[in-house]
Amino acid sequence: MAELSAGSTHAAVHPPGFHHQFEDMEQQHEAGNLGMWVFLVTEILFFGGLFASYTIYRSLYLPGFEAGSRLLDVKLGATNTAVLIGSSLTMALAVHAAQTGKRKALVLFLLLTMVLGAVFLGIKFDEYSTKWHHGLVPGLKWAPDEEMHNNAPLGSVELFFCFYFFMTGLHALHMLIGFGIMTVMTVKSWRGEFSPEYYAPIEVSGLYWHFVDIVWIFLFPLLYLIGGRY
Amino acid sequence: MSTAVMETPAASRVHYLNANYGIKSWLFTTDHKRIALLWLGSITFMFFIGGAAATLIRLHLIEPTGALVQPATYNKLFTIHGVVMIFFFLIPSIPAVLGNFLVPLMVGARDLAFPRINLLSWYLYIIGAIFVLYAILTGGVDTGWTFYTPYSSTYAHSQVIATALGVFIVGFSSILTGLNFIVTIHKMRAPGLTWFRLPLFIWAIYATSIIQILGTPVLAITIFLLGLERLLHVGIFDPAIGGDPILFQHLFWFYSHPAVYIMILPGMGVISELIACFSRKRVFGYAMVAYSSMAIAVLSFLVWGHHMFVTGQSVYAGLIFSVLSFMVAIPSAIKVFNWTATLYKGSISYDAPMLYALGFIGLFTMGGLTGLFLASLAVDVHLTGTYFIVAHFHYIMVGGAVMAYLGGIHFWWPKITGRLYPDGWARFAALIIFVGFNLTFFPQFVLGYLGMPRRYAVYPAEFQVLNVMSSAGASILGIGYLIPLIYLIWSIRYGPVAGPNPWGAKGLEWETPSPPPTENFEEIPVVTEEAYAYAEPEDGSHG
Amino acid sequence: MSGHVVSVRLYVTIFLALLLLTGLTTGVAFIDLGPYNTVAALAIAFVKMLLVVLFFMHVRYSSGLTKIVVLAGFFWLAILITFTLSDYFSRGLDNPPNGWGPSISAPPNP
Repeated sequence: MAELSAGSTHAAVHPPGFHHQFEDMEQQHEAGNLGMWVFLVTEILFFGGLFASYTIYRSLYLPGFEAGSRLLDVKLGATNTAVLIGSSLTMALAVHAAQTGKRKALVLFLLLTMVLGAVFLGIKFDEYSTKWHHGLVPGLKWAPDEEMHNNAPLGSVELFFCFYFFMTGLHALHMLIGFGIMTVMTVKSWRGEFSPEYYAPIEVSGLYWHFVDIVWIFLFPLLYLIGGRY
Repeated sequence: MSTAVMETPAASRVHYLNANYGIKSWLFTTDHKRIALLWLGSITFMFFIGGAAATLIRLHLIEPTGALVQPATYNKLFTIHGVVMIFFFLIPSIPAVLGNFLVPLMVGARDLAFPRINLLSWYLYIIGAIFVLYAILTGGVDTGWTFYTPYSSTYAHSQVIATALGVFIVGFSSILTGLNFIVTIHKMRAPGLTWFRLPLFIWAIYATSIIQILGTPVLAITIFLLGLERLLHVGIFDPAIGGDPILFQHLFWFYSHPAVYIMILPGMGVISELIACFSRKRVFGYAMVAYSSMAIAVLSFLVWGHHMFVTGQSVYAGLIFSVLSFMVAIPSAIKVFNWTATLYKGSISYDAPMLYALGFIGLFTMGGLTGLFLASLAVDVHLTGTYFIVAHFHYIMVGGAVMAYLGGIHFWWPKITGRLYPDGWARFAALIIFVGFNLTFFPQFVLGYLGMPRRYAVYPAEFQVLNVMSSAGASILGIGYLIPLIYLIWSIRYGPVAGPNPWGAKGLEWETPSPPPTENFEEIPVVTEEAYAYAEPEDGSHG
Repeated sequence: MSGHVVSVRLYVTIFLALLLLTGLTTGVAFIDLGPYNTVAALAIAFVKMLLVVLFFMHVRYSSGLTKIVVLAGFFWLAILITFTLSDYFSRGLDNPPNGWGPSISAPPNP
């Protein structure tokens, strides 16, 4: 027979940010972390559907995919990769600042993360404009120049560009959402809502941001580099 | 039947139903129990929408040449029936109503881990439902609930995008619910409540949540890609640029097969609770039943190709999927054996929930066994696309999942509302449902065996008798579903007041008043005993 | 309430390693290694992902449950990819009975 506990921990300290469905801050912190990781698993499968489809079609249409890949700007892609990795560093440093109670550093690093994210999106916008100019946008403006695809079958080049836009577009959408999250976190940090005792939202936002970085870590080689640029 | 202990009438005590009044206190609630009731109302509404489509289908099929609608409309009816019943009734039903209400209570917590996300999940469902209702009202959709390309992406002139959007949004509702349950079960169990002391309902919900997390995102991206292809007139399933429509099916069924386990696993969890309580015995082989839920969650992801045996999928892949489909039946069979062993030498009482549970065991077994016929590649070549399939999945989904849902609603009704319903009417309705169900769907096994194709608006005249039998059964089934609607609503006002534990059941949810206070427990309980610790039967037989 | 505090120095080291690997993978793409270009690119990406997951996302210092959750996500993606690929890779292998026409193969190269 279940007994009622004698002195429950309900009377314990209620630090700021404590939610009462939990027994204590530690349970809340662990639950928040687990929750974000479970959510990221759903994101792995969400992007994963695209990665799986890409894998299949690449195995079937390698020449077309290579031709399409060569039409992408490797320098911009590599730069963007470095930019995003840098934003992951600043994000990790933001978490560190929160853990060590440095409010100004926290705000600074969050802002830097957003700046680098904006640089990334700016470069992507530039790339998309170039593609549009060259008629390489399936469904909306598909009219590539003859010599652009080096005699590779045009259909599979268009298929490649479907993947290029769908995958980087979905990635960019996630970055925009990340922007929104970072904005909220920056405002809250500025207001001093976080401390070494309560910084879970920063940590959890960081997990999301790093995940978006990891997606790009795979998108870059799969889209830009497997094109036989030699 | 247990005695209804006359407690302090609910009206004089503060509990979750009377703690706050006004519509805002319901629409902005974060109390998992109120959210469960929001879900109850919504899915009941959608059930009747899906049921209306079914009614029209069965009316239409009374005549071989079609009694009611044009073939184009018929296509819309079975599509809407499928979309609504699967995504807007079956998938949420037990998790969102019973799971939301019971999970915190059963683990001894004050709420789920993320109450606001819980509310968001319901709002996403409502938004998704609005899109689908809009699609129904503005011409309907006729692609089948499976949305196969290229029809859905290129040739259909119906409300594909609106429906797809509705399904996409409700998918996120499902993901968030699953996420909430996983975190709650891992992190918020009461002191002493180890994993193997948990009620089997919790194990079932946990396994279901894992499937929701891992499978639903793939459906989401697939629907997203379908929508893009329809809008852009080009996409990755388009053969003109080398796309393969079969890839759509791979991605679609990667989710949709596990989805059928999302629909049945919670039902199995309910049945474990009902069988234990109404046999007054521990569930036989508790650990095996818990492990089998997890095994189902894993194996369910390895069999999706059995929906694609005749689509052009490679025979070798088909072989692998066939073997794995046989294997996935094993954990389900283990559960059936364990429930039966629980009944053996139990002290059985035939209250309405138990009638539903017993019906489940028989009907689910039939549905499951016929699934093995379909898992056999060579047999499936003949049976696929026929009414045999329709009968198979309705035995599981209606004879199984819906019966479990109704059994659970009846079992926990006193806890949820603080009222008892009239038992005589409840048992009567259960029997009507059982009879109506079998009359509706057993003839469909025969029809499928004889070769009648599914999703056809007309059929050869020689099949008419069986179709009329099926339609007659459907009318009885419909009446059977209306009866509980009436007496359950009646009981809210006029039913006898229920005590904390009218069934004498074991479980933390029965150790708090009916209806529970908003914070669930005055003090968080400490658990010291195993699950289903009913008194040992006198002759020493035990599970 | 505590979480593991990783040193700034370690973060910067990981960052530099990631930049290095990015440069490496870009450079390798300009050398003809035949089929190993793909292998190299994916292997480097995998290592970069590990660095981000283990250190930036603190999984190195997290509970076993977190590690299992992460592994489960990738494992399930692997199921999706391998089982679907098994269909496409085995389509050309079967010999259909007489009269069924050419074997069902991959869609024609457009």
